[in-house]
Amino acid sequence: MIESNTIKKGLDVQAIRQQFPALDRQVKGHPLVYFDNAATTQKPQVVIDALVDYYSNYNANVHRGIHTLAEEATAAFEASRNAAQQFINAASREEIIFTRGTTEGINLVAYTWGRQNIKAGDEIIITEMEHHSNIVPWQMLCEEKGAVLKMIPQQNGELLLDEYKKLLSSKTKLVSVVHVSNALGTVNPVEEIIRLAHQAGALVMIDGAQSTVHLDIDVQAMDCDFFAFSSHKVYGPTGIGVLYGKKHLLEAMPPFQGGGEMIKEVTLQKTTYADLPYKFEAGTPNIGDAAVLKAALEFVNKIGKEKIRNHENELLAYATEQLVQLPGLRIIGTAANKVSVASFVIDKVHPQDVGILLDNRGIAVRTGHHCAQPLMHCYGIPGTIRASFAMYNTKEEVDKLIEGLHKALKMLL
Amino acid sequence: MSEHKTIQQTEDEIVEEFSLFDSWEDKYEYIIDMGKKLPLLEDKHKLDENKVRGCQSTVWLVSEYKDGVIYFKADSDAVIVKGLISMLIRVLSGHTPDEIIETNLGFIQKIGMTTHLAQTRANGLLSMVKQMKNFALAYKIKNSTTHGERSAETKSN
Repeated sequence: MIESNTIKKGLDVQAIRQQFPALDRQVKGHPLVYFDNAATTQKPQVVIDALVDYYSNYNANVHRGIHTLAEEATAAFEASRNAAQQFINAASREEIIFTRGTTEGINLVAYTWGRQNIKAGDEIIITEMEHHSNIVPWQMLCEEKGAVLKMIPQQNGELLLDEYKKLLSSKTKLVSVVHVSNALGTVNPVEEIIRLAHQAGALVMIDGAQSTVHLDIDVQAMDCDFFAFSSHKVYGPTGIGVLYGKKHLLEAMPPFQGGGEMIKEVTLQKTTYADLPYKFEAGTPNIGDAAVLKAALEFVNKIGKEKIRNHENELLAYATEQLVQLPGLRIIGTAANKVSVASFVIDKVHPQDVGILLDNRGIAVRTGHHCAQPLMHCYGIPGTIRASFAMYNTKEEVDKLIEGLHKALKMLL
Repeated sequence: MSEHKTIQQTEDEIVEEFSLFDSWEDKYEYIIDMGKKLPLLEDKHKLDENKVRGCQSTVWLVSEYKDGVIYFKADSDAVIVKGLISMLIRVLSGHTPDEIIETNLGFIQKIGMTTHLAQTRANGLLSMVKQMKNFALAYKIKNSTTHGERSAETKSN
């Protein structure tokens, strides 16, 4: 069935769906309804084909080989770096470091820049709505250095910027903030957060794990110092991600890991390190997945983020409108500026029970604390049920979710 | 009179009850019903050390060793999990440590609830079974010298 209002806005959802083979499968006798996109997106055929092509035709180690396959693999690997640079509008390709994902990107900054620059008594500011991956690396660093970790509080899914202003001082060395909350869908005002941090003399790291797939990212306009994202949340393969850092910062930072690739010259006495970005890419990288990242980013670009976003926002509004009519249902995270995520709890019902019953209807949602336990504590809940939308989801699927919830509640209450 | 039945007999009984259901919904409704009927655990037992790890929901499990057999009590904040535990208790409670250690709980597969036993499944039925067997093993080792409620000290790693 064709949805007239999405055609009007230019997104042909049915044509898009045909490009995602996983969406064709049945789960427990029902067509799959995949609403766990904030955890990972499904992969389009072009990405799957590109992965098969890499391993079928030009698998080789990068940068060192003199033979044809090594040159082809290197060219594809570096072409993905260029594609990532353009995707987030970094000033130069040297500022694009391949990582395993957002978590590794944050850890890289904590271990290198952090160990070099954070001293006892210094302060690092994060927010109450961080994913554990943007909490734990800083906790570990603060513990090691005797530094202090502070949190910007939130209310109804929005950061309290006045409280943030009070936290900032000359002791603040870094502010590390999630761009879009995985548990709430809030789009945080990162430009304002960055401006205020810079005024206080602090650097800013942005966790772009959830934002990169939905929002137009321009790290130069945003003026963040570090930005990390994961390929697998942008329709690309798992196991590869990108850390962006301003060049002068990356140049001053010590390497993350030692090994091959990251050296210029090694003698037993001394090693000189490779230039950017290779200084931070020790060992054989995840070549296949990196090479394929370009196909994923081009796929998104071709459809256009604005069209995708409009479609997802329409789904979110449609879902929210119906969800709030369910008895006892409460939306968790009601920020004015949200993307893709409908997170909710229902009175007298455990999220896990709902998740199990929805799964029996082929509907995939996430239940639990979403790796954001401090945030769940704030709300005084053990977790939520989260439906998160992507370009290939439809209003019919939202209807199935609502119907599934009605039936689940009938069984549970 | 469950103490007169063997573990196998109770398992067969449950399998027969489930054979009456055609749809997954009926099965889950029955499990949810059992969950709701499971006697509440007193608050004094709802301690961190009685929590079963590996569950998305909170599960408390305590055991008592009396006259050579083990009695289990449990609770959870999620009702499907509670229903699953209630079946485990019905099957295992009132049996000797050896009987509990040796059983393979084939009824779970026979009633089509195998997915709940998966290592990765967040509802942790597997963790509960392991925990119950660990209690049995601990009581066996201590060889029935202690009476009364016990839990934490017999927890395995």
